[in-house]
Amino acid sequence: MTEHVAESHHDAHDSHDSPENIRKEMTRYIGVFLALGALTGLTVWVRFSLDLPEKQAIIVALIIATVKGSLVAAFFMHLLSEKKLIYSVLVLTVIFFAVLMWLPVHDILDKFGYK
Amino acid sequence: MEIPYTVQHRPDTGLYNAKLGIWLFLASEVMLFGALFSSLILLRTGSTNWPRGTDAGLSIPWATLNTFVLIFSSVAVVMGWANFRLGEFKKGRIWLGVTLLCALGFLVIKSIEYADKFHHHHIPSTSNFYAIYFVMTGLHGLHVLGGMVVFAYFLTFGSKMWFTERERFVNRIEIVGLYWHFVDLVWIFLFPTLYLL
Repeated sequence: MTEHVAESHHDAHDSHDSPENIRKEMTRYIGVFLALGALTGLTVWVRFSLDLPEKQAIIVALIIATVKGSLVAAFFMHLLSEKKLIYSVLVLTVIFFAVLMWLPVHDILDKFGYK
Repeated sequence: MEIPYTVQHRPDTGLYNAKLGIWLFLASEVMLFGALFSSLILLRTGSTNWPRGTDAGLSIPWATLNTFVLIFSSVAVVMGWANFRLGEFKKGRIWLGVTLLCALGFLVIKSIEYADKFHHHHIPSTSNFYAIYFVMTGLHGLHVLGGMVVFAYFLTFGSKMWFTERERFVNRIEIVGLYWHFVDLVWIFLFPTLYLL
């Protein structure tokens, strides 16, 4: 049961679907998995070993989480090489997400008199 | 009637239909969880004594283990997809099975955590912290459960498509994989915001 599916794809896939490239991708997936594991360990280590003040702890934890999320999106979800339409959908999503996040930030700024 | 563009790309989008569909669905999911993260920020900044996860009795070791389990499940599903693309049906199924087991493991660990909370009478009505904790982790858990149903389908009845419409089957695995990575992505942010900070 090893008949190659990728080669039989007609216009659905590009040359990056060759067996060699798929195997390279698989090696990359393992590398990303190891990086995600290391970053998870780093998140916990920072929390318990550095005992940063609350603001710095939040910033550091969110930076690490963002790096981890970017790795998942870029490699596992293949956003490094997607079609323009997908990027358009995501840009729109990011704009609306930013509005959602702005609502509490606006409230905080108002509460502490930064406006 | 044959459903168009299940394998071939639509000329105007450059994508097969299900791929655009899943990304639109994931965009709506971003807004769903985004609203909850927004609520979490409001509740946290509005409180004078918001507890850290450890102070509220949340288990960091269990949550860390669950993070590793979910990350491993994410790499498992993408390895399964890659094997299907290579024509390796058996290997692909094994990786899908590993993904399903990881998802089950995640829910078992989560239920241990929940049982401990209920035992100490830490329920949503106890405080705003537990309310948002249970809503966010509960909704995430439901997404894990939904993923498990789909993986179980592709491991059983759904796998028949491999023998009739192989490329469509491979595309379906890609679609459920994208959904699963999103579930992983949400947990990556839930873990530090609820447990560590």
